[in-house]
Amino acid sequence: MNQTLVALALIFAQLSVVAFGGGNTTLPEMHRQVVDVHHWMTGADFAALYALAQAAPGPNMMVAPLIGWQVAGLAGMLVTTFAIFGPSSVLTVVALRLWRRFRDKPWRAAVQAGLVPISVGLVAASATVIARTVDHDWIFVAITAASTLVLLRFRVHPLWMLAMGAAVGWTGFGQ
Amino acid sequence: MAEMERETPTLGGLFEGFLLLGLTGFGGVLPLARHMVVDKRRWLTGAEFNELLSLCQFLPGGNIINLSVAIGLHFRGIPGAAAAITGLIAAPAVIVLALGMVYARFSHDPHVVHMFAGLAAAAAGLLISMALKLATALRRRPLGIAIAVVICAAIAGFHLPLVPTMLVAAPISIFLMMRVGA
Repeated sequence: MNQTLVALALIFAQLSVVAFGGGNTTLPEMHRQVVDVHHWMTGADFAALYALAQAAPGPNMMVAPLIGWQVAGLAGMLVTTFAIFGPSSVLTVVALRLWRRFRDKPWRAAVQAGLVPISVGLVAASATVIARTVDHDWIFVAITAASTLVLLRFRVHPLWMLAMGAAVGWTGFGQ
Repeated sequence: MAEMERETPTLGGLFEGFLLLGLTGFGGVLPLARHMVVDKRRWLTGAEFNELLSLCQFLPGGNIINLSVAIGLHFRGIPGAAAAITGLIAAPAVIVLALGMVYARFSHDPHVVHMFAGLAAAAAGLLISMALKLATALRRRPLGIAIAVVICAAIAGFHLPLVPTMLVAAPISIFLMMRVGA
């Protein structure tokens, strides 16, 4: 149990400091550790928990407390919450104090621009990991495609697409 | 600049402001954050908000999470940062926990399994659309697109661990993007 908590703390603290471009860039590594390395849950459970965190209000890193809870109960939830939010917050505090010194330096913009392709690649990898897990029937492929197209073409709230997916899934149609 | 008077929030004000934000922000808190901080509560000017936000986008972690820490720190030091981030994640944590309990309780009911599979399929679409929207920043930057494709293949295709991959790829990407004048 304690070993599990230590492992959770290490995994999520690492994710916290490398999450350039936000929480969605860390999903593949989270999936790799939680499903492939530690076998704490199935890929389907992971995808469901991720989707659940997306359907709830608040910041999109909320999948971390949820995984902590699923793996090790309330203690796990507290550990993953502190681990995912703590280290990046400490960095923010330190950086805010240094900020005024390097805000106008040209290298700052260069570093930021250089990180964009990495963020794009990581979010695409997250999409791949989740889609690969869930899209095993044509109906799920159709839901993913419909959700992608609608969100690209129209200014609808993502929650509507999640509700659509849940409703179609509930009927069991095509499964 | 004819800015309206700005108000300095208390610790309780920071907690409460971000608590409401956490409760109302579905699928993207950032536009709401700006509305609360700049227009409604008038803690910061638009320019101050943008400056803090650009710092937060530069750092690892969720932008809105970092922003709550930065705003809390700006007004009330470390206790302010703690009050703001705690407020932001308190309500979502409770809600997510409740939903997780529902999932655990009914995860053997076929309807519920189907429902969550459909939900996850739609969430995958959300991620794909997000990746494509982010990728528009790389228009006419074939090198940037190539780097993104390599990263995606390395992580999703070859299952490389994230931390070493980032340590290698980030400096290379920054160097290359600088060379082409990104």
